[in-house]
Amino acid sequence: MTNDKSEPAILGFFCHWCCYAAADAAGVARFQYPPNVRVIRVMCTGRIDPIFLMDGFVNGADGIFVGG
Amino acid sequence: MKVAKQPRYVNEEKCTACGVCAIYCPVSVPDPYDENLSHRKAIHISYTQAAPSSYAVDPNNCLFLNRQECKQCTRTCQAEAIDFDQRPEILSYDVGALILSPGFSSFNPSRSGSYNYPDSPNIVTGKEFERICCASGPYVGKILRPSDLKRPDKIAIIQCVGSRDKTSGNPYCSSVCCKYAVKDAIVALEHEPDLDITIFFMDMRMYGKGFDVFHERAKAGGVKFVRSRVSNIKENPETRNLALKYAAEDGSLREDTYNLVVLANGLEAPQGNSTLALATGTRLNRYGFCETSLFSPLDTSREGIFVAGAFQGPKAIPDSVIQAGGSAASAAELLTSARGTLVTEKEFPEERTDPDESPKIGVFVCHCGKNIGGVVDVHEVKKYAETLPDVVTVEDNLYSCSQDTQVLIRDTIIEHKLNRIVVAACTPRTHEPLFQDTNREAGLNKCLVEMVNIRDQCSWVHMHEKDAATRKAKDLIRMAVAKASLIEPLPEPIVKVSPKGMIIGGGLSGMTAALSLARQGFECYLIERSLELGGNLRHTYFTLEGPDPQEYLDQFIREVRNHDNIHLFSDASIEKIEGFVGNFKTVLSFGDAENRKRVEIEHGIIIIATGAKPFEPDEYLYGSHEKVLIQQTLEKKLALQEIDAGTLNHIVMIQCVGSRDETHRYCSSICCGQAIKNALKIKELNPETEVTILYRDVMTYGFNEDFYDLARDKGVMFIRYEPDQRPRVEDLDGKLRLTVRSPLMKEDLVLDPDLLVLSTAMVPHENRTLVEQLAVPLSSDQFFLESHAQLKPVDSYVDGIYLCGMAQFPKPIDERIAQAKAAASKAAILLAKGYVKTEPIVSSCNTDKCIGCGLCEYFCPYSAIRITKMGKLKKAEVISAACKGCGVCASYCPTRAIDMGRFTDDQITAQIRAFGEKH
Repeated sequence: MTNDKSEPAILGFFCHWCCYAAADAAGVARFQYPPNVRVIRVMCTGRIDPIFLMDGFVNGADGIFVGG
Repeated sequence: MKVAKQPRYVNEEKCTACGVCAIYCPVSVPDPYDENLSHRKAIHISYTQAAPSSYAVDPNNCLFLNRQECKQCTRTCQAEAIDFDQRPEILSYDVGALILSPGFSSFNPSRSGSYNYPDSPNIVTGKEFERICCASGPYVGKILRPSDLKRPDKIAIIQCVGSRDKTSGNPYCSSVCCKYAVKDAIVALEHEPDLDITIFFMDMRMYGKGFDVFHERAKAGGVKFVRSRVSNIKENPETRNLALKYAAEDGSLREDTYNLVVLANGLEAPQGNSTLALATGTRLNRYGFCETSLFSPLDTSREGIFVAGAFQGPKAIPDSVIQAGGSAASAAELLTSARGTLVTEKEFPEERTDPDESPKIGVFVCHCGKNIGGVVDVHEVKKYAETLPDVVTVEDNLYSCSQDTQVLIRDTIIEHKLNRIVVAACTPRTHEPLFQDTNREAGLNKCLVEMVNIRDQCSWVHMHEKDAATRKAKDLIRMAVAKASLIEPLPEPIVKVSPKGMIIGGGLSGMTAALSLARQGFECYLIERSLELGGNLRHTYFTLEGPDPQEYLDQFIREVRNHDNIHLFSDASIEKIEGFVGNFKTVLSFGDAENRKRVEIEHGIIIIATGAKPFEPDEYLYGSHEKVLIQQTLEKKLALQEIDAGTLNHIVMIQCVGSRDETHRYCSSICCGQAIKNALKIKELNPETEVTILYRDVMTYGFNEDFYDLARDKGVMFIRYEPDQRPRVEDLDGKLRLTVRSPLMKEDLVLDPDLLVLSTAMVPHENRTLVEQLAVPLSSDQFFLESHAQLKPVDSYVDGIYLCGMAQFPKPIDERIAQAKAAASKAAILLAKGYVKTEPIVSSCNTDKCIGCGLCEYFCPYSAIRITKMGKLKKAEVISAACKGCGVCASYCPTRAIDMGRFTDDQITAQIRAFGEKH
């Protein structure tokens, strides 16, 4: 876990068809948001094994954002 | 065909749509995409999803084109895409068919004088409000009113502005406004749950699949519905609020004040319609839309020219998509002999295979002009990437997607013997196929590329945090490299498609689909459960629009029976269907009971066209009183002269019997038209017969509104009833007595009709066996479920299985024909191609680990995995051709026997671990 909670490390799992596309659209519109999320693209949130989430926390994620 | 092409002053081939030109362009003009509620630059892209994805110069506002000064765009475009030397061009094409799809124009509410639209910014059109509600709109999804950008607490939406209004010149119904008004009200409430929204309407026309449910949801969510035509809107110059004057249904005059008024303006024929009609030699109808006929809804008046979308008549998205598919089928029928003659396949060198080779990764970091490079420190990122494990070389490119960079990447792969590449640039959604091709040109499998999105999801969204953006880019590249070390070449298995179709149901839709496939050169099996073809059309004796359905049907059946490509099985039942897209096997039995035959057929696709039937109610004395009929029976009796209209004094019809209530929650779309059709027939046979129609909302959408007007002109009485105060019917010694509460007069009316006719819902046939055989889902109303209500209205959830006609939902004749052709169009894509190429992103099962539990089969939404016997054991088998790669099976598999190509457990775990590593 990181110590500085004002800069949390967020791990994102984004569905290719919806949330990942929306995140691209946010870029096209130049919406500014905090740079703390690191995204892993999956083809569907159905792919996300709960173990991935546990693994994320073990590897230092302060929060996990599943977007689908 | 000659086409005039106006210059865009931007070379589409070179433009990367990075948007830098628009940042520097000094000319700001109102943005028509946002209905002029926001601004764009003179160089612009129409909207995010515009195709081609390329900017264009607005010649009316560009400084250089008008005053020979500026050229900021030329200076700032690093892709050198700006080209002011472009001139208008005349392009010539030899074509065998033409499809007209110019869309519609919106009614300009300035023409409705009493609404004072031009006088107040707080009176907006439907489209303006749509943009106001939109997260990517002018107020980024906050519901604000234009005059002071404050929240409008009280909103009125007024229906039928420039629709159903002879004074506006548009007596027809625009078909979509009720639906979009309800949608906008629901969306606005999702943004701001305590808004006070009132919809003023004449009839809420929420016909069609799933729409009436939204009407009910809006009511439950607090949206008020007032049945009234607003007569006047006036702005208070101080508060800029708007006073509405209207007559309530009981006749009393009311006035109410709102902060924002939305005019749900209708659809008109597109601007330029007469020029187009002249250029193409096609005729327009009385309202300026393209002229078509009931049984040829996609044919213009000129052979070989077809029409699709709102130019044929106002319609919503699913109907436009259906017509587009249908007209494509009509064109394909004409072009069958030319199919494939203009196709050239791209060729690639043979793939390098060396399974034991250790990973050698090349990383390519893109500047994207200034788009990435202006925020992310590309050189620092490059240095960092060189330190990552398995990375052999790192390059940075001004534009990774440019033609010369593709050559450079290919050469780098060959030179360094790379076996995986990582491209840190924009989004894989648009650019992955490009780099996959580059890989293939260098002899690498297309799956050996990983993209890192450091533009759309990094530099563009952290423009003012350069250090953080650079850190993020490094982290993302580290995660991608970790994954890239584990990626594998994957094959793209090819599954052959049996080039034949099977159509289930020999009604109007099934026959239309079969004939379209046959005309496109494909053999098909048409399966009909009864002895006769024709379905519901057999019981249709006349139409509102005029053409004789029986005459059409006879001719149509002859053509179907005589076509060499159609194999008809009547009196048939389906015993078994197995297989998957491209390779179905069906066992049929057919013929009379004593001489029943069995046959097994092979086919690549299935079209479901099983139709629907009228609901038989157990209310209003139906079945117990001989003078109570349903509409279909009345139509038959009138046509066969079993009823003498001359002897009838009074006929009463009741609408929505078994529709829009707890029996069936939907509106069946066709019953109002049918009632009016029969009412007009009676008036034609005997003008003295009184006809009274008891209704809830009259659903004569589109140009059928004319027949509603005509019926009223002929003296047909329309009396509304409230759903909680339904008409009551009594049997008084054989005579019928009806009592109905009129909301208008607030009193009970007593009617003594000779005949009571019920307009009942259309309901699906009992499809349970078929549903089990096909493994396709039904929607909550028990009709077959399409895979996307708006954009995939003829695809089922299972690849290779398509839907059309009333099996999908009740609809009138012209819409059934269009949908059947659309289904044939989709099916023909597969049949013409002859094979299905499986994307590498599919699941695969390790049978050693599989315990045959069946969880994967149960959870797969696409019926793409099944449990089969392998020897004595049960094992999961993936049907790659049907798999969509969602990975649900993999995440449920208790023994981790299933994995996903390109998204394996190991690869994702490696990404997660790399996420945790400090740099």
